[in-house]
Amino acid sequence: MARKKTVGIPAEFRREMLRYMLMAREFDTAMLRLYRQGKAFGGVYSQLGNEAVSVGSALALDRTRDVLFPMHRNIGGHFVFGQTLDQLMLNHLAREGSQMRGTDGTGHYADPALRIYGNVSHLGAMIPVAAGFSMADAMRGITTVSMTYIGDGGAQVGEVHEALNFAAVHKLPLILIIENNQYAYSTPNSLEFACERLSDRALGYGMHGVTIDGTDVEIVYDTCLEAVQRARRGEGPSLIETVTMRMRGHAEHDDFSYVPKELLEEWAAKDPVERYIDRLDAGGVLSRAQAEEMRTEILAQMIEAIDRALDRPWPAAEEGLRNVFMTPTGEQR
Amino acid sequence: MQMTYLEAIADAIRLEMRRDERVFLIGEDIGTYGGAFKLTKGFLDEFGSKRVIDAPISEAAIIGASIGAALNGMRPVVEMQFMDFVTNGFNQLVTVAGTTAYRWSIPVPMVVRGPSGGGVGANPFHSRNSEAWFAHATGLKVVCPAFADDAKGLMAASMRDDDPVVFFEHKGLYRKIKGEVPEGEYIVPLGKARVVRQGMHCSIIAYGSAVHMALAAAEEVAKEGIDVEIVDIRTLVPFDEETVLESVRKTHRAIIVHEAVLTAGFGGEIAARIADKAFSYLDAPVKRVAAFDAPTPFAPTLEQAVLPNSTVIANTIRQTCSF
Ligand SMILES: Cc1ncc(C[n+]2csc(CCOP(=O)(O)OP(=O)(O)O)c2C)c(N)n1
Ligand SMILES: [Mg+2]
Repeated sequence: MARKKTVGIPAEFRREMLRYMLMAREFDTAMLRLYRQGKAFGGVYSQLGNEAVSVGSALALDRTRDVLFPMHRNIGGHFVFGQTLDQLMLNHLAREGSQMRGTDGTGHYADPALRIYGNVSHLGAMIPVAAGFSMADAMRGITTVSMTYIGDGGAQVGEVHEALNFAAVHKLPLILIIENNQYAYSTPNSLEFACERLSDRALGYGMHGVTIDGTDVEIVYDTCLEAVQRARRGEGPSLIETVTMRMRGHAEHDDFSYVPKELLEEWAAKDPVERYIDRLDAGGVLSRAQAEEMRTEILAQMIEAIDRALDRPWPAAEEGLRNVFMTPTGEQR
Repeated sequence: MQMTYLEAIADAIRLEMRRDERVFLIGEDIGTYGGAFKLTKGFLDEFGSKRVIDAPISEAAIIGASIGAALNGMRPVVEMQFMDFVTNGFNQLVTVAGTTAYRWSIPVPMVVRGPSGGGVGANPFHSRNSEAWFAHATGLKVVCPAFADDAKGLMAASMRDDDPVVFFEHKGLYRKIKGEVPEGEYIVPLGKARVVRQGMHCSIIAYGSAVHMALAAAEEVAKEGIDVEIVDIRTLVPFDEETVLESVRKTHRAIIVHEAVLTAGFGGEIAARIADKAFSYLDAPVKRVAAFDAPTPFAPTLEQAVLPNSTVIANTIRQTCSF
C-alpha cells in the first residue's frame, strides 16, 4: 500500500478535518439511537470506520467548483460540502421541509446549490452520471472534478466498468473511490473479486490507480488532492481504493455475525477518529480533552437537529402526486 | 400445514432441489446469510456451495451465466436481492433469455425471482412492481402469487417449466400472509386463474398484493349488499383469459386492480381483452385501480397516496355497481 508522509497541513485545517470526522461519527451515533428507538425507518447504514475516507476525499475538492456524488457511507462529505444538519435529518427522516419532499430517503438527495448529487440504490448507477457531469463542463472549457464512490461489492457492477472506460477515453476529471471495507453485505472480498487490489484495474483502463489506508485521513486527503491536481491538469480520471473495515452490519437490521470478531478487533485498534485524535494530541494541535469537548458539542447539535426534525410532520400526501415531470403533462387522473 | 408466503416459496424450492440435481440457486448473500429476507436460510447447509452460489454484485453476469447454465442442462433459480435490481440484468433476461426458444428452439429453463412491491416504507428503488415490463417483453413467463399455497405451487411449476420465468414475490406478503399449504409435492399450473371469492354483482380481476386489497374492499361493500367476485389471475403470462371472461359474463361488471402504476400496466391488457370479447355483456365501463404514475415514494404519507388501497377499490365498486 502506498503510504505518504503528510507535510505542511496547517494546524487549523487538521482541526477542521477532525471536526468533520466527529460530525460524521456522531451523526452515526445519533442515527443508531434513533433506529433503536424505532424512529428511523428504511435502513440505517452506519459509516463507522469510513469517516477518514469521506472527509479526507471531499476536503480535497474545491466545493465552489467541483462536485460530489456521495454514497451511503459518505455522510462526512455532505458536511464538508456545507449540508446543514437540519436538512440531513429532514431527508433521512423524510419530514416536511426536506429537499426530496419525502419522495426518497437515506442519503439519496441532491442539492445542486451545494454541488452535491445523491445516489440511487442501484449500485454503480451514478458513476457514468458523475462522468457526464464533468463532460458537460469540459465541453464549455471548464474543468470540474467529479468525485464519487463505490463499495468493494458495488465495484462489480457492469456500469462501473463502462463508466471508467468512458472517463478514461475522454480523459474526464473523474475520481472514483472504491471503499473497500472488506464486505459487501455478508459477502467477503474473496467472493466479490479475484484481483489483488481493486486499483489494479486502473491499468486496464489506462488511468491512474492507487490503493491506500482508508483509516488515515491525511493519507486520504493527500492522495485525493494529488488526483484532483492530476484531473485539473487534464490528465484524466483516477481510481483510488481505500482499505477500511465496515465496523457494523450492512444496515442496522444486520447483526453481522458472519464477520469474525478478531477482524473487528483488529480494525477497532485502527479507528480513524480515535487515531487522529491521538495524533493531533501528540502533535500539540489539539488535546484529547479539547477533542472530547468538540465531540460533546457536535452530538448535542445532532440531537437537537433530530428533535427539530421529529417535530415536523410527514410531508403532505399530495407531494406524492406531483413533480413526476418538471413540465406537467396536463393529464388528469 | 400452516406456512407463511415466504416459507411456502422456500418449501417449493427446497423440495425441487431435493428432487432434481440440476437445480441450483444463485444470487447475492443467499448462502451464508440466507438471503436479505432469509428465504434461503439453511439452504447452504443442506445443498452446499456448489448449488447455493453467493455471487458478486453483478446482476447481468448472474442472469447471463444462469442462461448459459440453462442452455447446458441446468435449471437455475436466480435471486434478485430486490426485484428492482433486475434492471441491471434486464438485457440478459429480455434480449437473450426471452428470445432463445423462438430463435433456436432450445429451452432456457430458469426462474428469476425476488421481492417486489411497495407499502413497506422502503424507497423508490426497493419497491417497484415491474411485472408489466416482462409481460411486454415476449418469451418470458410472469408469475405473481398472492397466497401461500399458490406461492408454493406456482414456484414448483415455474421451476419445472422449460421457459424462463420471472417470479414476483410481494415483500409485503412474505410474513403477513399465512395459510394452509399442501405438504410435499404441490404444483399449481401456470396460466390458470383462481376465483378467490364468488359474487354476483361485479368482478374484480387482480393479482399479487392487490388481491388482498380487493378482498378487504369486498368485505366492506358486502355490508351494503354488494356481492363481489374476485379473480386472482396468478400469472400474467400465460394469461387465463377464459376464467376472466367467464366471471365478467356472469357479473357484467369489471374492475381491474394492481399495485403497479396505471399507465401501460397489465390492467390495460386485461381491459382490452374484456372489451374485445365480452363487450356485449358489460353493464358498466371497465375500471382500473392502480398506483399513481410515479415512483413509489419513501415517506409513509406519500406512499399511501400513491399506492392503491381497499378504500379506493370499495369506492370504485360502488360507482361501478350503481352505473
Ligand atoms: C445493482 C444492485 N444490486 C444489489 C443491490 C443490493 N445491495 C445494496 S448494498 C449491497 C452491498 C454493497 O456492498 P459494497 O458495495 O461493498 O458497499 P458497502 O455497503 O460495503 O459500503 C447490496 C448487495 C444494490 N443496491 N444494487
Ligand atoms: Mg463493502
